[in-house]
Amino acid sequence: MQKYSIFNLVKNAFSNHENWDLAWKDPTPKEEYDVVIIGGGGHGLATAYYLAKEHNITKVAIIEKGWIGGGNVGRNTTIIRSNYMHDENALFSEFGMDLWRKMSQDLNYNVMFSPRGIINLAHSDAQMNAYARRGNSMRLNGIDAVLLNREQVKEIIPMADFSEDVRFPIFGGLMQPSAGTARHDAVAWGYARQADSMGVDIIQNCEVTGFDVTAGKINGIRTSRGNIKTKKVGLCVAGSTNILAEKLNMTLPIETHLLQACVSEPVKPILDRVVTFGAGHFYISQSDKGEMVMGGDLDGYNSYAQRGNLPTLQHVLTEGIAMMPFLSKLKMLRTWGGIMDMSMDGSPIIDKTHIDGLYLNCGWCYGGFKATPASGWTFAHTIAQDRVHELNAGFSLNRFSTGHLIDEKGLGTKTWIS
Amino acid sequence: MLHIKCPHCGMRSQNEFSYGGDASVKRPELNKEISDEEWDNFVYNRKSLRGKHLELWQHLSGCRQWIKVERDTATHEIFNTYKADEEIT
Repeated sequence: MQKYSIFNLVKNAFSNHENWDLAWKDPTPKEEYDVVIIGGGGHGLATAYYLAKEHNITKVAIIEKGWIGGGNVGRNTTIIRSNYMHDENALFSEFGMDLWRKMSQDLNYNVMFSPRGIINLAHSDAQMNAYARRGNSMRLNGIDAVLLNREQVKEIIPMADFSEDVRFPIFGGLMQPSAGTARHDAVAWGYARQADSMGVDIIQNCEVTGFDVTAGKINGIRTSRGNIKTKKVGLCVAGSTNILAEKLNMTLPIETHLLQACVSEPVKPILDRVVTFGAGHFYISQSDKGEMVMGGDLDGYNSYAQRGNLPTLQHVLTEGIAMMPFLSKLKMLRTWGGIMDMSMDGSPIIDKTHIDGLYLNCGWCYGGFKATPASGWTFAHTIAQDRVHELNAGFSLNRFSTGHLIDEKGLGTKTWIS
Repeated sequence: MLHIKCPHCGMRSQNEFSYGGDASVKRPELNKEISDEEWDNFVYNRKSLRGKHLELWQHLSGCRQWIKVERDTATHEIFNTYKADEEIT
């Protein structure tokens, strides 16, 4: 594989950049693989990469119905953070933060990781207390957290509404300075390019139509491009998890819901942090192109549409304008939707299943993008060693029946609880 | 914007309704021996179908009645609506 470097950039300039290698190949499916990963999104690509890199398993195929990076890895709002209170989520996400910091070097691909910090705004004394508690929990787990008072927040984001007579005045906030954003497409492409170079077959436009399971063991999968034999299958299909689970006669604690995001027209730099509204569900950051990137609540009903509806968008942007009134002057450039695998406690599932050789990675709710490297790393470990790593031991499928829920916010599919 | 025909009030906008999830989920019978698996299926596990989906909505800003709606989760087309206790054939 050609290394991306300033020297190669200069060298290829002399041939008008016409001689660069393809970043990844377009192979036809082989008859058999050691591991098949279903889903060519961020998590699937990262899983294949870490299978090859950490576990030396390279006879791997990624089966993708559409094209890689066309799903949620290209539809999110690119926020990366580990500001969780519960140990399972905190330790897992903080492990991921370390992978994020090294990612551009590791993948030889600039993922434009920008640790600009995230501020969760508080709008009451009670919320300040809750944030102090969460911040302390984070620090106990080695995660940076700073509790900011009203004046400190005002210094960082003076464009927010600090008037006294608003419905939700800003009391302060909790900041994780090491949180940030990254270029989401580059994450998918970087993992794909490295996985491909280590021998992973990335098979696009290939739909999984069924599974070959005999005596409780997986023997292969059926696809629109022929049957593939394999002893190990990893499901990494986010919002399509229930569709594939149905083919396996499994019913999961997952509902598929619609989540929207939008960007404004590009404007000059004004916001250099990620900020979330504490009296509702709204988050905002500014992209390198200058667009304000915004998102918020689920549309609220089961959906596979990847296409949003206006009432929710209006609700979310009303919160945005309450927080930062200047947003009302901006024109909307684009809105889009993605389908989320909402788990019942709001936390993910990375586990083995009752079928031997079938591994499950789902339930990412609002937070799939930031989990990409840690999810891939732990899922690769779970598949390669046929046992969960301590980092994903809490994300078990049976926690719903045993009662070991990880109710970080106490909500999953039921948005009206928040 | 979804338009939902409340069987009590007629056609109204989505803004008047709140969602209640899969209507095919049945609570296990009272005073009967119930396995953990049955509770699990009732409380947590959902089919989350792609396509025709029978679901509960409440006409929250209207008559406040719970109703059943048959809706396509891929296209958002609404085929039919029923009263909560209506038998669906």
